[in-house]
Amino acid sequence: MEVKVRPLDCWDDFKKYRKKYYENYLEAKDKGGIRWAGSAWAFDPVPHGLGEDVYSLTGEPYGATCAFFQDFSRECLENIERQGVARDLCGYMRNYWGSIVLDKYLLADGTLVEPFPKPDFNFTIHICCSHAKWYHFAAELEGGIPTYAVDISVGPGYMLDDKKIEYVVRQLKDAIPWMEKITGREYNDELLIKAVYAEADAMSTWAKICKLNQAKPAPLEEKSMFSLYVLNLINRGDPEVAKLYYKLYDEVESRVKRGIGALTYEQFRFLTDNPPPWAFLKVYRYLEKEYAAVSLGAIYTFGLGGGWIGMDEKGEKWIWEPAPTPEEAGVEITNRDEALRWTAEYNLRYRASWQHEYSHWIRKQETYQMVKDWKADAMIMHLNRGCELWNMSTLEVRDYLVKNHVPTATYEGNMADPRDFDEARTFNVIDSFMQSLGIEKIS
Amino acid sequence: MTVAGIDVGSKFTKVVILNDSKEILGYSNIRTGIDHHKTVEEAIKEALKKADLTRDDINKYVATGFGKISVPFADSEITQVVAAGKGAYFVWPTARTVIEVGAEESRAVKVGEDGNIKDFALADKCAAGAGSFVDAMVRYLEVPLEEFGRISLEAKESVPMNAQCVIFAESEVVSLLHANYPKPEISRAIHDAIADRVASIARRVGIEDDVLLIGGLANDIGFIDSMKRELGTEVYVPDKIAPELVPALGAAIAEL
Repeated sequence: MEVKVRPLDCWDDFKKYRKKYYENYLEAKDKGGIRWAGSAWAFDPVPHGLGEDVYSLTGEPYGATCAFFQDFSRECLENIERQGVARDLCGYMRNYWGSIVLDKYLLADGTLVEPFPKPDFNFTIHICCSHAKWYHFAAELEGGIPTYAVDISVGPGYMLDDKKIEYVVRQLKDAIPWMEKITGREYNDELLIKAVYAEADAMSTWAKICKLNQAKPAPLEEKSMFSLYVLNLINRGDPEVAKLYYKLYDEVESRVKRGIGALTYEQFRFLTDNPPPWAFLKVYRYLEKEYAAVSLGAIYTFGLGGGWIGMDEKGEKWIWEPAPTPEEAGVEITNRDEALRWTAEYNLRYRASWQHEYSHWIRKQETYQMVKDWKADAMIMHLNRGCELWNMSTLEVRDYLVKNHVPTATYEGNMADPRDFDEARTFNVIDSFMQSLGIEKIS
Repeated sequence: MTVAGIDVGSKFTKVVILNDSKEILGYSNIRTGIDHHKTVEEAIKEALKKADLTRDDINKYVATGFGKISVPFADSEITQVVAAGKGAYFVWPTARTVIEVGAEESRAVKVGEDGNIKDFALADKCAAGAGSFVDAMVRYLEVPLEEFGRISLEAKESVPMNAQCVIFAESEVVSLLHANYPKPEISRAIHDAIADRVASIARRVGIEDDVLLIGGLANDIGFIDSMKRELGTEVYVPDKIAPELVPALGAAIAEL
């Protein structure tokens, strides 16, 4: 059946925001502002309390941008390897370090500028084997940048208790005087509270948008979603980001009501797993063009910046329902303590991408439930050499899906190292998979 | 209808000609040269000669293998996975786990009772579980390829060797030679290492009897022996057709 399609009206708004984000970081000092760098999972609302002219550079999206521009990525990777960095470390991290070593900064449109803008401080989290080390080494490469890493490894959300939350809250409380000392600024709790509300709004709204993709035909395809979800990973404490997601929600909801799809013909619906190979997003277009196959999303795309209910209280079943915002939960945030408590608990409990890092079982339930809820025909998994954390239980999940009669294919690659990806072999895997399922090419 | 299945592999190009009764009329197996188009033409010519047919007698061409784009006149293409599965099901209908080890890569295909592909796994970008590994090892041992498998059966003990990387394995072979290990023991160690790697790929789809081994390495008696030990089950090899011809056969069957 032929499906109506149309470009997203708010597409340019998202593109412009991201472009401006990288420019703002670059130009922060011209405006007397503050720069900080850290993981996309860092507690972004906290530095917002330092003022309205505080600009961040989050490492994973920056690493992905480098990877997308293959030539620059290869330059970054080869340069950092010459410094003795092993090739099996995090792909994003190696691109980021390589960019520092080259003293070149990449803007969203691929423009390179020199020098690499140094942050005033690094503020990150630590959950995988790399995050804290990433910024400690970056700090060394940059000649000594104050660095603060918040340990968040307290277990999955459904097993949270006050003690665990308090452990994280205490670290965030300590971070504030540390930031004040480094920047010489007085901290503003009102700005923190505003950012905490904005973060929850943005993350829960993104979850609501993802849920709309359960519709048939799917109103969005994943390659485009990569340009949409990223705002939650660069500046979700900015209320402007939440506003953009509200706008996107309205538009996607309208597309569902009117039967507007992502593809003109939807023959096959699949989900993906792991970060994509950023230099080879053509894989998604190949599937669309050759097989009318729509990628509905992934626990990466949905869960990285989305707030979801997650595992039920017993830890038996994953629930893909958006997490409540403070308003929806009937909570009013009035002071620093409440704001830090909210952001800590919201992230620890509802950030989907943190939950499965503790357990294969959670990842299996999370993935299997996604297949069911999004009415996917199959799963295509990226055996991603670039991220130990995300690739930790991929094959266990694959086995689980196959045992539960979900057709599943795997291909090898690297989210951020183009040298680890073989385009012809990947297309061969896709063709083999589709042929084995009896899905014919449409072209 | 007469169909030619053409499997352009990285080392050998195979052609199988079938009639609509699925009888093999002719076949060929020649080394893949630098000029793939020329190789394909030569392989077809040889198969036609054996079948006592001409190009005009062929109604359809089906291409498979890594070099399938070198068959521009093909009426259709199928992937190696599907070709291996279809061919295996034809020659060994009770085969449920098909393991193909070619020169460049290995793969495992799970075949259902109806002959449909249920699952598959590929060894991606790793020579440790591929036939080219044997080529490299044979050079070190200085034994003819035909002898390499046979001598491994003479080994009196198992010598552990790295199964995960060709580079490490090569240096280990050199060390074993320096340590004066007999060639049969080293040959068995190499075969066990390849079998370990290939079996790990096969386990991804689950081992279910019958296990059928196809591809060039299925001609190596030492490898078959190692696979039996590694999988702990009987491993079969096609008895009516050379194992390396099975994917070309499967490609032809796909059109009938």
